Amino acid sequence: MTSLTAATPAPTRTYADHGRPAWRRLLLTREMAIIFLLIVVLAVASVVVPKFATPVTMGYLLFDITPLLFIALAMAPVMITGDIDLSVGSMVGLSSVTVGLCSQAGLGIPVAMLVALLVGAVGGAVNGLLITRIGLPALAVTIGTLALYRGIAVGLLGTTAITTFDKWWTTLIKSKIGTTGVPTVMILFVVLLAAFTIMLHFTPFGRGVFAIGLSKDAAVFSGVNAERTRLILFVLSGLMAALAGIYYALYYTSARGDNATGMELQVIAAVVLGGVSVFGGRGALHGVIAGVLLIGVLSKALQLVNITSDVVSIITGVLLVLSVMAGSVMNWVQSRRVRPAPASTPTKTS
Amino acid sequence: MSVATATPVRVSLGSRVWSLVSSRETGIFLALALVVIATTIKNPEFLFSSDGWRDLLLTPSIVAVVAIGQAVVIITRSVDLSVGSIVGLSAYLVGTLFVAFPGFPVPLMFGVGIAFGALLGLVNGALIAFGKVPAMVITLGTLYAFRGINVAWTGSNRINASDMPDDFLNLGTQQILSIPVLTIIALVILIVVAWYMANTRGGREFYAIGSDPDAAELYGLAKTKRVLIAFVASGAASGLGGVLFAARYGTINSQVGDGFELQAIGAAVIGGVAIVGGSGTVLGAVFGAYLLLTINRCLPILGIPDFWQRAVTGALIIGAIILDRVLANRQAKRLVAERDAA
Repeated sequence: MTSLTAATPAPTRTYADHGRPAWRRLLLTREMAIIFLLIVVLAVASVVVPKFATPVTMGYLLFDITPLLFIALAMAPVMITGDIDLSVGSMVGLSSVTVGLCSQAGLGIPVAMLVALLVGAVGGAVNGLLITRIGLPALAVTIGTLALYRGIAVGLLGTTAITTFDKWWTTLIKSKIGTTGVPTVMILFVVLLAAFTIMLHFTPFGRGVFAIGLSKDAAVFSGVNAERTRLILFVLSGLMAALAGIYYALYYTSARGDNATGMELQVIAAVVLGGVSVFGGRGALHGVIAGVLLIGVLSKALQLVNITSDVVSIITGVLLVLSVMAGSVMNWVQSRRVRPAPASTPTKTS
Repeated sequence: MSVATATPVRVSLGSRVWSLVSSRETGIFLALALVVIATTIKNPEFLFSSDGWRDLLLTPSIVAVVAIGQAVVIITRSVDLSVGSIVGLSAYLVGTLFVAFPGFPVPLMFGVGIAFGALLGLVNGALIAFGKVPAMVITLGTLYAFRGINVAWTGSNRINASDMPDDFLNLGTQQILSIPVLTIIALVILIVVAWYMANTRGGREFYAIGSDPDAAELYGLAKTKRVLIAFVASGAASGLGGVLFAARYGTINSQVGDGFELQAIGAAVIGGVAIVGGSGTVLGAVFGAYLLLTINRCLPILGIPDFWQRAVTGALIIGAIILDRVLANRQAKRLVAERDAA
């Protein structure tokens, strides 16, 4: 019996004749576009805005966006599966209140951190279980927990704030690495970034995340445990939001119920800006980080030229709308371009 | 074996009464009644003083108007997160116009607010319908952008009651036959929209698109147009909400309507408008708004600090969507059983 491979010549598909050279495929991605935009904005701001291109300013910029960076790491995979987590801002508030209450009770910061992380994991698990086990839409569940977690945070502390924390910890959080101006907390971020990058881009679990976003049914049929994957991602999202809450409480030395109100909007704006498709299935962490940095740089630069935060929120909103529209405009342009293609390539029989 | 016939299905009076009694709207209304009764037992002033009766009807009516628009959008399987920002912009526009033209006719002001809100809704709708992108992200963006424009425009400025004509402000507290005028306005809008959604071709198309957008399009329904109309309606309702807010509270700063999106979506979802579209009524959304805001007002009287309001809102929303799912599952099971029996 002849071997099958010899009998049927495998139809080898080559991508070289698609007319897009390798450099174009690498450079003309959404992620690279946002990185270019970031570089341009950085360059313009450095020249135009006085005192922008200094280590001190850059340090404060990084301090400001650290919570966003933490949350965005976990929000990106959640959105790549086609879900969304609107409760992260509230979880930051709840976690900061937890840290405050624990440290007020004399438990010490390490214990307080553990409790806060536990709260985050439980909160994320509640979201994830309602979504995966009962099958409720992520949007509805997390709108509910957005109100619920914020409500618990505000309920626990009322209008009071806890402002005394262990000095050693607050100095550590506010410290910078040597004379570079880079916050020490960035070390933690780089470690987490590496972990999330490996998880999302270099493991079967990560491939599953993208597969779920492209087609959940197809992913399940090819052996991805979609429910478990989504649950894990929501727990991670809760954990990262809790981490951001710990940072928030210690860096601003203030645990308040209304900490980080509306932060979910900034995170989602940054993630979408960074090239994660709102329909799920595509995105990459370097784009997401660039998206967060872009929002951070714009805010800081405008703040330095005395443009108030409301303009920043207009810009964030418009950027969000534009980045979503850009995708569909590009699709439209591409569909116009593809339609009159010559029928030289073997056509599908259908 | 049953034979499919084209004769109209006769609904017996008994089953009609049963479907009325077992409907979601009735359930919410009973829950509302329970809350009011419990609070009134604790403090009779809550219902039986003239102010108590008035506030009971008046306080939720602004959110109720916004929730009517939101319900139409959610039924079409979208969501409008920007309603709070539209309420804020519309309220400030009304105040600014009264400052600039003190003699501005009041009825015309309602028209201006509604038209302005509809225009902002058109921005949302056009981006969503023509861009074919998820409403949630677009309205998240415009939530930001509209609020930012509001803050930039208002700054730390504030419009006070003394800047607005008395006959406008009186609308906010006036009563006709002991029913507040604002509640009557909300009621009129409720009746018109509820009738439209239940009985007209256009209204049913919203439900069709919400329950299966692809099927609706295959059937030839103008999906783009309907989505556009839903967002314009939601914007117009929010614009009206802004006018009502100005009349009711008399003080307008840059944060008017902040968080209304949560209350409006919460009201709709609690009232049985499924977040996945295609089912629910605007009447349910209005009852949801009354339940949500009345519970919030009852908490302090029942001895729970009002800091816990938001937690209650969240718990109610989650409870409502779980209930929806349970009911939907049960109905699906029953339909399967009926099919197998036939």
